[in-house]
Formats: sequence, C-alpha cells, structure tokens
Amino acid sequence: MSETALRAAQTRFVADLEETPLATTDQVDESTPPGGLWLEAWRTLRRRPLFIISSVIILFLIVLALFPGLFATQDPTHCELQNSLLGSTSGHPFGFDVQGCDIYSRVVYGARASVSVGVLSTAITVLVGGVIGALAGFYGGWLDAVLARLTDIFFSVPLLLGAITCMQAFPDKTVWVVALVLAVFGWPQVARIMRGSVLSVRNAEYVTAATALGASRAKNLLRHVLPNAIAPVIVIATVSLGAFIGAEATLSFLGIGLNPATTVSWGGDINQAQNVLRSNPSVLLYPAAALSLTVLSFIMLGDAVREALDPKSRKR
Amino acid sequence: MSEIISSTRQEFVDPNSPLLEIIDLDVAFKSAQGRDVPAVRKANLVVYPGQTVAIVGESGSGKSTTAHAIIDLLPGTGRVTGGQILFEGRDLTKLPAKEFVGIRGDAIGLVPQDPMSNLNPVWKIGYQVAEALKANGRAKGAEAKRQAAQLLTEAGLGDAERRLKQYPHEFSGGMRQRTLIAIGLAARPKLLIADEPTSALDVTVQRQILDHLETLTTELGTAVLLITHDLGLAAERAEHLVVMYRGQVVESGPAREILRDPQHPYTRRLVASAPSLASRRADTAAARAEVVERAEQVADAAAQEGGTLAAEAASGPAAAAVTDDVLTIENLTKVYKIRGAGPRAAEFKAVDDVSFTVRRGTTTAVVGESGSGKSTLAQMVLRLQTPTAGRVLFDGVDVNGFDRKAQFAFRRRVQPIFQNPYGSLDPTYSIYRTIEEPLRLHRVGDKRSREATVREMLDRVSLPSSVMRRYPNELSGGQRQRVAIARALALRPEVVVCDEAVSALDVLVQAQILALLSELQAELGLTYLFITHDLAVVRQIADRVCVMQSGTLVEHADTETVFEHPQQEYTQALLNAIPGAGLVLSGDR
Repeated sequence: MSETALRAAQTRFVADLEETPLATTDQVDESTPPGGLWLEAWRTLRRRPLFIISSVIILFLIVLALFPGLFATQDPTHCELQNSLLGSTSGHPFGFDVQGCDIYSRVVYGARASVSVGVLSTAITVLVGGVIGALAGFYGGWLDAVLARLTDIFFSVPLLLGAITCMQAFPDKTVWVVALVLAVFGWPQVARIMRGSVLSVRNAEYVTAATALGASRAKNLLRHVLPNAIAPVIVIATVSLGAFIGAEATLSFLGIGLNPATTVSWGGDINQAQNVLRSNPSVLLYPAAALSLTVLSFIMLGDAVREALDPKSRKR
Repeated sequence: MSEIISSTRQEFVDPNSPLLEIIDLDVAFKSAQGRDVPAVRKANLVVYPGQTVAIVGESGSGKSTTAHAIIDLLPGTGRVTGGQILFEGRDLTKLPAKEFVGIRGDAIGLVPQDPMSNLNPVWKIGYQVAEALKANGRAKGAEAKRQAAQLLTEAGLGDAERRLKQYPHEFSGGMRQRTLIAIGLAARPKLLIADEPTSALDVTVQRQILDHLETLTTELGTAVLLITHDLGLAAERAEHLVVMYRGQVVESGPAREILRDPQHPYTRRLVASAPSLASRRADTAAARAEVVERAEQVADAAAQEGGTLAAEAASGPAAAAVTDDVLTIENLTKVYKIRGAGPRAAEFKAVDDVSFTVRRGTTTAVVGESGSGKSTLAQMVLRLQTPTAGRVLFDGVDVNGFDRKAQFAFRRRVQPIFQNPYGSLDPTYSIYRTIEEPLRLHRVGDKRSREATVREMLDRVSLPSSVMRRYPNELSGGQRQRVAIARALALRPEVVVCDEAVSALDVLVQAQILALLSELQAELGLTYLFITHDLAVVRQIADRVCVMQSGTLVEHADTETVFEHPQQEYTQALLNAIPGAGLVLSGDR
C-alpha cells in the first residue's frame, strides 16, 4: 500500500461530467434518413463516376435500339455499289462500306441486334440458372446432386464452341435463336453463383426465425433466401450481358450468327470490313468501336454494382 | 521453466517510475468523407512495472483502440492525432516505423482477442511459436524449438513436444489461447497487452487461463494491460481500473475503491448493471417473486377464459386442456451421426435423457458451457429439430405428434429469440415488415389492424414508431434485439425460448433487455425458457435453473438453491468461475 502512495499519477481520477456527458443508453439515432440495403447501395452507386458514365451509355444504347430512326435517316439496308468504300460526305458522316451501305446508319441500326440478344439471353440465363441454382442450394440432398451434375455438364462446354456447334442446326438464324443458343451454354455460370449464394444464406438465423414463425420452406426460399442471395447474381448478370453481346458479335463475325441479309449486326459488319482492313481501316473502326464501347459499359456497370453491393462496405 | 526466466534481461527496474504513461492521447479515424472522427479523446493512464491495469468499457468505448495505439497497430485509417505514449520514457508516437519493430513483441507483447482467427491455420503450432522467438532474436534453429516447447509447457499445455507438431485446428479454443499467450510472452516483454483474452471462451476455461496468466506474469514480473468489457473480471484481476466511455476516460483508480464507491454517473450505472457483482442479489430475488406472481395471474386469467386466441385457433390435439406445467420434457435425447468412414461412423449424444418441467408464468434457465447440448434442447422444444427419443409435451400434448395444421398453430404459441441480433433479422426487411411478418403468415387482422399491432409492439419494447421505416443495419445490437422481441411477441405466444438472447449485448444494454423481458413477462403472463452460458445473468431472470454438462442434466433446482447450495461439483465450478463472484465488497449493504 505504501508503494501505491508513491505512484502519484495513479490516484483516483474522476472526469468532469460536463466534459463526458452521459447519453441515454442505446438511443435510436434518428438523425440519418432511413434506408435499406438496396437504398443504400443506390446512394453509393449514384455518386460513382463509373456508374454514371456506364449507365448513361447504356441508356443511350437502349434508346438507340428502340428508336434507331431518331438518329439515322438513311436505310441501313439500302446500299449502292457505286458508293463502295467512299469516304465521309455530308449526310454520311462515317462514309460507306464495301457494299456501298451507309456505315453510320448501320452502326445505329446494329445496336438493336446486339442489345436484344444480350438482354434476351441474360434474361433466360438468370431465369433458368437462378431457379436451378436456388433449388439445388436450398433443398440440397439428391436434388442438389442431380442439378449440380447437370450444371457441371453444361459448364464443361465452352460457350462459343457450344454455340458454334448448335447454330448449325438452325437454318433460320433470328435474334431469338441466337439468344436461346447462347443462354443454353450460359446458364450454368448463373446457377453456380446462385447455388453458392443460397447456400450461404439458407442457414442464417433469420431463416430459422421465419421457420419458427410458421413460414413454409417455399415461402422461406421466396421471401427470405432469394432477396438476400440475389446480389451476386445481379452483378454476374450485368457483366455477362456484355459478354453475350460480344459472343453474338463473334458468331455473326464467323458468319453463323444472325442472318446478315435480314439483320444488321456489328459482328457481321466487322466481318465484311476485315477484307478491306489494310486499305480502309475506318470501315472496320466504327462497328468495332461501337461493340467495344457497349461491352465495356456493361462490364463497368457490373463493377460499380459489385462494389455497391459488397457486403464488406455495408454499414454495420 | 526457471531456465527461461533466468534469461530475462537483468536490468534495474525502478518500481516507482512508470513503465507506460499515456498522456492526453487522441486517436481518430478518417471517415469516408475524409473527416477525422475521434475515437479516443484525451485519454490518460499509467502502468507501473509488474502491475496489472485494466481498461473497462463497452463496445465502441475506445478501449481496444487505445491498446492498439500503444503498439502502433491501429486498423485502417486510424492514427494518433495528439498526446504522448511514453514507454520507459520514450514517446512511442514519434518512433519511426522501423524502430517500432524492435518494440513490438520484444518489449510489448500482445495477446489478441479471438483465438480462432489469430493462429495461421496452415502452419504447425511449433513453427508459429518459434517464429515469435526468431523474430525477436531470442533463439534460432534447434534452440528455438527447445524454447518453444518450454514456452508451451509454461503456458500450461502438457505434452509440449507433441503439441508443437500439431496444427491449430487440432486445438480447442482454450489451448489456442494458451498458445497465443505463449507467443505473446515469448520474448519476455515488460508489458503484455491482453485484449479481451478470454471473451470467446467458456467461463471455467476462462478462469483457468486467467489464473495461469496471472501466475506467469507475476513470476516474470511482466506488467499487464488488460482490456475487457467485464467489470467483475477487471476488478478481480487488476489492481487499477480505467473506465472508458465513448472515447474518454471517465474514471480511474484502485479497483476496489471504484467498485465500492463509483463516482462518475457512468461508472455507477456500470457497477449497478454488472450481472456478476454480488450487490444486487437481495433486490433481484424480491423483484422476481413479484414478476412471477403477476405473470401467473395473467396466465391463469387467460387460461380460464378458455385460452388465448391462439389456443382457439388450434384445433385437435393442441387445444387440449391448459395445464400448470406448460412444458414437460421427458427423457429427451438427440443423437447425431458423425460423418466417418463407413461402419465406423460414430454417434454423438448432444442431448442425453433430459427431463424437466416448466411452470406457466415462470422462467426456467438452461445453463451450460459450449457443447453442453443446451441449444439443441432449445431447437427441439421449438420443433426445429426432431428428437431421437423422448418427448416434448406442450400443454400435455407431444409436439412431435403434430400434423401440419397443429404445428402451424403451435408456432403461434411458442416463439424463439435468438442470440445474434445481427443475424436474426432479415437485412432486406424493414422493421415494420419484420414485425408484421408473423401476423401476415398467420393471417391475423387486416392491413390497418396489423399496423396498429406493430406500433403497439414497438411501444412495448420501448422503440419509437419512427424506426418502422428503418432497416436492421441502421440499428444497434440492443435495438435489434428489441425488434426481435417485438416480432416474437406479435402473435401473443405463451412460451418464449430465449437462446442466449442477451449474450451478444453490452452490459448496460443487457440489463435493459433483461428488465424489459421481466416486465413483458409480468404484463403478458409469458413463460420463458432461457438458454444461456452466463450464470450471472441467470440470477437476474430465472426462477428455476437446469445445469447441463455434455448433454446431460446434472442439476435442476430453484435459482436460490443452485446459487447458495449447489449439489454438484460442476455447478460449483461454474459458480466459482463467474468473474468477480469472489469479490467481497466491504462496506456494502
């Protein structure tokens, strides 16, 4: 005890109450506006330049796909051979391609094929892959074993190889056919991600709590598990939308995609342009740039969404 | 062991000059907007050589931040913005990063909080201990190996030679914590910072490890800075207490003095709420008796009216006569098959032949350490798991005989409240939707009456109705637990199973929630089955106690009897392990 007496700095200290005011224990903070996970993700998103740029481009593309007539007055399929490879003139800012078609209007009209194939195949993959992945992850057991093997079988076929092989079987190569073929080989990726995500959510305590409240298995899956497991699927869907557009262009480039006689597509135009690459590179440049920009903006959007939905950045 | 101790640097240590002196320390974290958010403000504390000082505070009080500032291990954007940290007279805040390497481990050791994540799972224990010796230049090669074995023996791990060759996953939590202590003390530091060293462990293991740490540091003359949320534990282990609250030191002084005569209002609150401290025993018993009396009246009244709404809705077996013993558990057993190679698949009895009854309107606590089977028992009572043998009778009817419809009705009458308030609420549901969900599931009322119920429930758990539009991630742990309680009570259940319902909360919040639970019990005539590992809490809320040990029920009696005259050695050990239980506060009532 005598020792403690010497230790001057360690005597009793009580802070001034004025300087250390007491707060009500566990008071609700009402200063911030209310918002859920999605609202907060949106608040983060709308301030990110990556998101703003990519979504502006994508919105523009959608308008382009829906109303190409607003932007181009020329008919993209009206081609005169005498104009072949002519440079830019008034009314034809990008010049003409080999067949003498207006490049500008072909680029504008090409957006429709790309965007619709991308959107359609993504919608199908998310639907099919999402359902299969969610069922496999949630119910487990033999259903999981069967579905997971099925997924693996499709997953083992590379997207393009499978698509090239399948496309041969369809004489009538419409947008729907291309989208369907791409989706057939694209869904396993979504299914795998959905399954993993559902697996990580299905044992959460709020799911158990809902069971104890009397919710059935199916209700639990729909109301609690899916909304909490969907975020990674949204991210992968955004990125793969870009990938599908790229794949469609590749198929068209190879001449087995959309029918070039009936549908204007960037891939087909790139195919046409490669023959004159050395003499007239600009013919290739425009459709290629449009394609790159489109794919890039979907990948950027996916990145931005991923960051906004990242559970680590969520407020605790 | 003596050999190692003799290798400690023989320096003259003046016991009266401070080893560590923190003067007006300010620590701030950079927010996402780039502003400095203060985490610690004007903190002062002194540690003398060989002394044990404890920093006590709730989560977010800045206690860990202060400790991490000392060894320059502030996470993320944290940095010291003012003040001094003098270690043996040198200001650590001005030390270049290179020189700090020599201080960490060598002069100041750290025992981190979580034994599960602080050992690298891919390296053998021996390698990790030897690494600590090598990094601080204490030993190399074969010598390091020999010393590592000695360190483990020292930390209380028998058969050290063999232990060195094992991997962390082969160790229990207590063994890992002992390993971390061995690593922390490997270089014979003068100061050991122990950041919640035993919070993740069972009480009996906690006691053993703290006892051992105390002996060890006394022998070595190491000063200890103990960071803890548990006032009882701090008072028991440290001579000097520093109480922190919202980043500031509100009170410091000799441990006994602070407990006996807390001055700052926060400290007073803390002392009053600490469940482990002996002072509240008399009041609690009286208060409990009153609660139970009221609860029984309400429950009886409801029973005489022919049962509650839920009982009416229930047809068939569930609507049988209302009895005094709302729950009867008979020879309940749950066996898990442990996945193994074919015929050698082992069986594990999680719950082994447990029987007891729960009287309507009372609280029965089921106490046990991790692995005692208490949570499995709760799950079987809730019918979330099917027993291997035995029965759970609810109002005299076996719950496992229920068909779909009867089970749905049963769900309405028995509700759980889970431990983790961060996990038990769906993050995509607003608070309104969360509390409304049970009503919607059971098709109770229309939209307007449901909203009225949600408002009433929020009011009952003392939350403003403005939180309805908020989401769980915007609320604190205590508030979420209130929401979970509101959800559980929305259907007016008769029995509530609280599975570690207050374990994850800070002491003051925990005291609030326990008070709330008692109040609701009296008002609504609820019956609680209270699953917990914390005997100290049991005293505050329970009327009867079931003590479980590795699946079996070892003791079952009134709370007073269990606390005053425990019959079993195991119960005795649990009681003794409550931190601060042994503290006798002279001058107390």
